[in-house]
Amino acid sequence: MSAAVIVGILMAGGVYLVLQRGLVRVTIGFVLIGHALNSLLVAAGGMGFRAVSFISTSDPAEAADPLPQAFALTAIVITFGITIYLFGLARSGAEDIPADDVPDEERAS
Amino acid sequence: MNNLLPLVVGVPLLAAAVSPMTKRRLVLRRLLLLGTPAAVLTFGVLLVIETRDGDVVAEQVASWDAGISIAFAADLFSALVLVVMSLLTLVCSMFLSATGEDEDPLIVPLVLVLSGGVFGALLTADLFNLFVMIEVALLPSYVLISKSLKTPALAAGRIYLTVSLLGSSILLGGIAFVYAVNGSVHLGELAGAGHESGVAAFAGGVILIALGLKGALVPMHGWLPRTYPYASPAITALFSGLLTKIGIYGLFRVFSVYFEGASQVQGIILAITVTTMVVGVFGALGENNMRAILAFHMVSQVGYIALGLGFFGVAGMAAAIFYLLHHTVVKASLFLSAGAIETQYGTDRLAPLGGMARREPILAVSFFIAALSLAGIPPFSGFIAKFTLIRAAMDEGEYLAGGIAAAVSIFTLLSMLKIWNAVFWGAPSEVADQPGRATTVMVDTDVRIRRALIIPGALLALVTISLGLGAEVLLPLAQTAAEGLVDTSAYVQAVLGR
Repeated sequence: MSAAVIVGILMAGGVYLVLQRGLVRVTIGFVLIGHALNSLLVAAGGMGFRAVSFISTSDPAEAADPLPQAFALTAIVITFGITIYLFGLARSGAEDIPADDVPDEERAS
Repeated sequence: MNNLLPLVVGVPLLAAAVSPMTKRRLVLRRLLLLGTPAAVLTFGVLLVIETRDGDVVAEQVASWDAGISIAFAADLFSALVLVVMSLLTLVCSMFLSATGEDEDPLIVPLVLVLSGGVFGALLTADLFNLFVMIEVALLPSYVLISKSLKTPALAAGRIYLTVSLLGSSILLGGIAFVYAVNGSVHLGELAGAGHESGVAAFAGGVILIALGLKGALVPMHGWLPRTYPYASPAITALFSGLLTKIGIYGLFRVFSVYFEGASQVQGIILAITVTTMVVGVFGALGENNMRAILAFHMVSQVGYIALGLGFFGVAGMAAAIFYLLHHTVVKASLFLSAGAIETQYGTDRLAPLGGMARREPILAVSFFIAALSLAGIPPFSGFIAKFTLIRAAMDEGEYLAGGIAAAVSIFTLLSMLKIWNAVFWGAPSEVADQPGRATTVMVDTDVRIRRALIIPGALLALVTISLGLGAEVLLPLAQTAAEGLVDTSAYVQAVLGR
């Protein structure tokens, strides 16, 4: 239940920010969505299993599922890389397109 | 054969890692750029020969038990797509060399990583690895699309990046749902899981939506025409052939393995794909730049390809696979021909160009062939693709879908003729084609387009002729590949190592 609430709050905040016009806000929105998805991934392994997932140290029946944790780790790395690039993109066009707004489209020729 | 499968991902990534070391040796860098897809192409052809009877080649990496290991698998469907995509990477790389874009030391590793990711996505037998491979392919594309650093390219890069990120987030969410419901993301273990419960079907549906976004199906198509035309010509061709198609490939794979077809949603699929066709073709009518017109047509054609999913039988899927292969080649040929003009004349707007047929006969002929093939005129591959698809629709009793597919072809032909009339016939016009803005581009009619720029597009035009005339060879292969998708037991057994 607590996982569902966390995912819900993060997702709601993320979607709200992504719908804003400014690119910086959109980026932060995607960070929140990324957090929501990582929580979702970890929750997908089952919240009840909390023991260390090494076979020799704990009972396999109580061990946490390591696979979704590995998924989450991969996803964190990818999201982090893209977030940095997105911030870079917000900065690099800032003279012509303000980082906090998206211009009306115009096809340059 | 099977233990070479991971190399299809590994070699391009390795070549990408090596290429920055060739800072001043352009020849070496070109060797990497052209040699890598050529090697994958050779391997792909061998793979097609190996799997032509419907066999499946599977590899459990490092000989871990099936289910624990990272699994790679190639059936005839993935082998055929691998051949076409590596051919396309090779031809686009030739164009990159011809324009001299590969003198920028950053371009080569980015293109190599992109192709490696796409090849990996074709061969992986695991949903999470599919996500990772798609991300590997997308990350370089974010840089490539804004490479020119001009304002419109940066703005396009923002749209492209945010939409792709949204798609990847949905995909990741779907994978989390699938894992939560089924306890596995291994395609072999997920065979038919979509039919087990409503929750499982929902989880798979989220993945299908994300892949549909990557493939630009209506109503998730808006990003494509707004972003693709702003990259450099060779990059647009590469994106159109590799990135959108990987969404479609994933859609086919997940739909056939996870759902084993779903007749309950047939109506929805038909509605979405038919709308995609119509919206794309009408969008193209309003555009006045060659590559913008072609980008809208991509949306329209994606609808044709995915239409095969609507009637999930051998005939429909075979037509869809043939269409996928044909369209990848033809669309890239058109983008490269348009790109040759744009590279030489500095514009791809219709108004200032004209009379190209007299000045550039080879380019004109290859554009003409590819345009007719796109519209579906015999004897080119487009005719076979459309004919088999519409016949499959009629056999299924979906007369409306079949009829609309035929009608959309006429509008496709219409906008191909629009390009033809404005660019290849007639004289350059100096009229301002956008109100309130005088034409600033004046085309110098004395320049000739370099041969090296024309060859890549012409090469692909030759491929569409041979696919059209040699359909006797390719159609049975598409048929076998379709049988492998409709009945996935061979694929499932191979990836499970049984």
